[in-house]
Amino acid sequence: MVRRIDRDQQRFDKIIKGKVRQQLRKYINHGEMLGRKGRETVSIPVPNIEIPHFQHGEKGSGGVGQGEGEVGQPVGRGKSEGDGQGQAGNERGQHIREVEMSLEELADMLGEALELPRIEPKGDDALTSQKDRYTSIRPTGPDSLRHFKRTYKRALRRMIASNNYDPRDPTIVPTRDDERFRSWKTVNEPHTNAAVIYMMDVSGSMTDVQKEIVRTEAFWIDTWLKRQYDGIERRYVVHDAVAHEVDEDTFYRVRESGGTRISSAYRAADYIIKRDFPPALWNIYCFQFSDGDNWGEDNTECIESLKQNLFPVCNLFCYGQVRSPYGSGDFIKELRKVEEEFDNLILSEIEDKEGIYGSIKTFLGTGK
Amino acid sequence: MVVTTHRPLPKELSDIQQEMEQHALDYGLDFFKTIFEVLDYEELSMFAAYGGFPIRYPHWRFGAQYDELMKGYSYGLQKIYEMVINTDPCYAYLLSANDITDQKLVIAHVYGHCDFFKNNAWFSHTNRKMLDQMANHATRVNRHIDEQGYEKVETFIDTCLSLESLIDPYAPHIRRTQKSESKADTQRRRAEDAESTGGRFPAKNYMDRYINPEDALEEEASQKRQKAMELSDQLKFPKERVRDVLFFLLQYAPLEDWQRDVLTIIRDEAYYFAPQGQTKIMNEGWASFWHSTIMTRHGLTDEGLINYADHHSGTMATSPNRLNPYKLGIELLKDIEERWNKGQFGPEYDNCTDMYEREHWDKDLGLGREKIFEVRRIHNDITFIDTFLTPEFCYKNRMFSFGFNDSNKTYEIQSREFQQIKQQLLSSLSNHGRPVIYVQDANYKNRGELYLEHEYLGIELKLDYAQDTLANLHSIWKRPVNIETVVDDRPTILNYDGKKHSTNSKEKQ
Repeated sequence: MVRRIDRDQQRFDKIIKGKVRQQLRKYINHGEMLGRKGRETVSIPVPNIEIPHFQHGEKGSGGVGQGEGEVGQPVGRGKSEGDGQGQAGNERGQHIREVEMSLEELADMLGEALELPRIEPKGDDALTSQKDRYTSIRPTGPDSLRHFKRTYKRALRRMIASNNYDPRDPTIVPTRDDERFRSWKTVNEPHTNAAVIYMMDVSGSMTDVQKEIVRTEAFWIDTWLKRQYDGIERRYVVHDAVAHEVDEDTFYRVRESGGTRISSAYRAADYIIKRDFPPALWNIYCFQFSDGDNWGEDNTECIESLKQNLFPVCNLFCYGQVRSPYGSGDFIKELRKVEEEFDNLILSEIEDKEGIYGSIKTFLGTGK
Repeated sequence: MVVTTHRPLPKELSDIQQEMEQHALDYGLDFFKTIFEVLDYEELSMFAAYGGFPIRYPHWRFGAQYDELMKGYSYGLQKIYEMVINTDPCYAYLLSANDITDQKLVIAHVYGHCDFFKNNAWFSHTNRKMLDQMANHATRVNRHIDEQGYEKVETFIDTCLSLESLIDPYAPHIRRTQKSESKADTQRRRAEDAESTGGRFPAKNYMDRYINPEDALEEEASQKRQKAMELSDQLKFPKERVRDVLFFLLQYAPLEDWQRDVLTIIRDEAYYFAPQGQTKIMNEGWASFWHSTIMTRHGLTDEGLINYADHHSGTMATSPNRLNPYKLGIELLKDIEERWNKGQFGPEYDNCTDMYEREHWDKDLGLGREKIFEVRRIHNDITFIDTFLTPEFCYKNRMFSFGFNDSNKTYEIQSREFQQIKQQLLSSLSNHGRPVIYVQDANYKNRGELYLEHEYLGIELKLDYAQDTLANLHSIWKRPVNIETVVDDRPTILNYDGKKHSTNSKEKQ
């Protein structure tokens, strides 16, 4: 039975999620979700939605309290919280509500908000893989698939119905008929492979703010791509004058310094692709982030490397240039020169945190 | 109609209930039949979210409240032990997880509430069949939802709830005589005015100054002007400011039938809940007084003592920046009982200035019990505090007043002086701590604008909320709305014209 309160709660949930949708840009730009990764759901703080009333503000307000203290001694900042124990009061505290959402839901919201097209995968459409999904219940099956809760419930129901249930001795013994088992259906799913290579410049000229921008953007791109592809493989490269392949955790945490040689990252990416992702079978995405402050002579080598190795095999090659307080940051100019030739090259300049949202749209708005 | 989950009380608890009920009766408490039920926390939270009523109209805020109660409980921040509603019979819900001592305490506490509901004057006008009424409201709202669509009705409920506190909590107890001129009167008067000549009789030129003497004309004109002014004064609308803003809107706002019905429902429910806000300290104090009296004299077993002490002290816990109504209420009642037992009242006692004598004053009158029953019958929180708060009491309970220091955005202890504490307490209790707002003019600027007045008593409005509320008011009144208040110590008029907000200092008007 659906309880009244469930309907009201679902409605509330919907309203709250509407708020999240409205404020998505803020959440994305300010990286509120970072550091909450690794779980299926994230908790997002949303301001308590309240019905406005004519009510007193703080100016001129006050009250009466009990306890020790001299005149002039502070008794608390702003409106007080509940008193911990005791009955539920009728005064409301100032709570920040957290809403639990799955990353999928967020990705869908992002897609909707940015009007991102669904990605059309390349590769063999006929390639399908079979997958078992446990979606139903049946009365027979192996013990290992026994659904304990359902079995228990049926047994309990039977015992109550037959008046054999004694709350003082609540032992439930399921019989054969009570048992229920999970059961699966085999479904065919189109098999699409996608590989993403994230490259980040961690040289000395990249400040923490810039790195955070990169990480925030990478997180959202990742969330979106994960929603689009079933099995997505990710590789992470950080570089200064030399490149290193690192794991995801390191990518999101590392601090480095040193000079910059972007071509080193391209070589590393090329190496990874050759090693792990035969381009015929894989949709390959490269996202590179830098402040564009490359070591001058390296630029030629970069373009060469891109043309030779990366452009031919990538669905998309995205370069995001984060504005840096130092340096000239003109690598993007080099890429602009060849932008026309390669329609899988996408460029984006990210001024500051507020630019993340737009940059994501630039990168993913092509639907490739 | 399903009002309860119809679970009979387990034997263990129904024995306790009967025992507690007997104690309560022996002490002279007088209550409607009280039906107890045991609920698990989820169910209890559900009831609490609906204000104690199993059937309410659908609205997200109940879901929000439920969500908050459940989260608060699962994080260990709060716990509801019991819930009781003012109906006849009274329904009371107990938490199944309470241990036996808790249940005893809570049952005794509930009988205190039930007695209070039945006997306190401020509850005398409440609908004791509110269960039916609430269910009826739910049916009506659901019907509107079927006809108008969910979101449309929900949005309108949001709007009404935003204004729900704009009622006149004293209205059920007094008849405000406000005889307005009937339509017929107005028409008759207008007809008379139309008939009257310009004051000048028809006359030949040379006769004019005799037939129409200047000074007579002048006098007539001035009389007429005066009459017109009186008339315009009488046409001022409303003639006297109106405290029950919701009722005013119901009468005069351009509402559709279903909207009028929804607003009526919100208003009815606001009036039903109003006395609970007006008597929080007394009601909780009274219930606590009786649970502690009954428990300490009859209910406690050796093994339950610690639990009782823990629960009771948790309920009575004070914090520096929030007054605990349970604590203040019970202490004041105990103080009154003691004073009336010892005869510490009346002119003789009041005029006594010898501190030693005052402190040891004991005429052994034994009037205490009788007195507190009288107090619970006639007072609300404001008159209760006004009449019975004493300097000795404030001192003994280490009370102080605090206020907001705008310069460092902190609440600070302001005073330990009796007069100031009392003043502060009364002002924070007045109108249940909400600003008092009147309809001043419904034809402001002669343009049908609504003009409200905030009765400024030293506390400014929360500005952003005020603006949002004005916007909601506008969606009902459908013409520009204004509220006169004080912002940054200056009389100010906030206006919302349907598109934008403006803030004008009043002098400029």
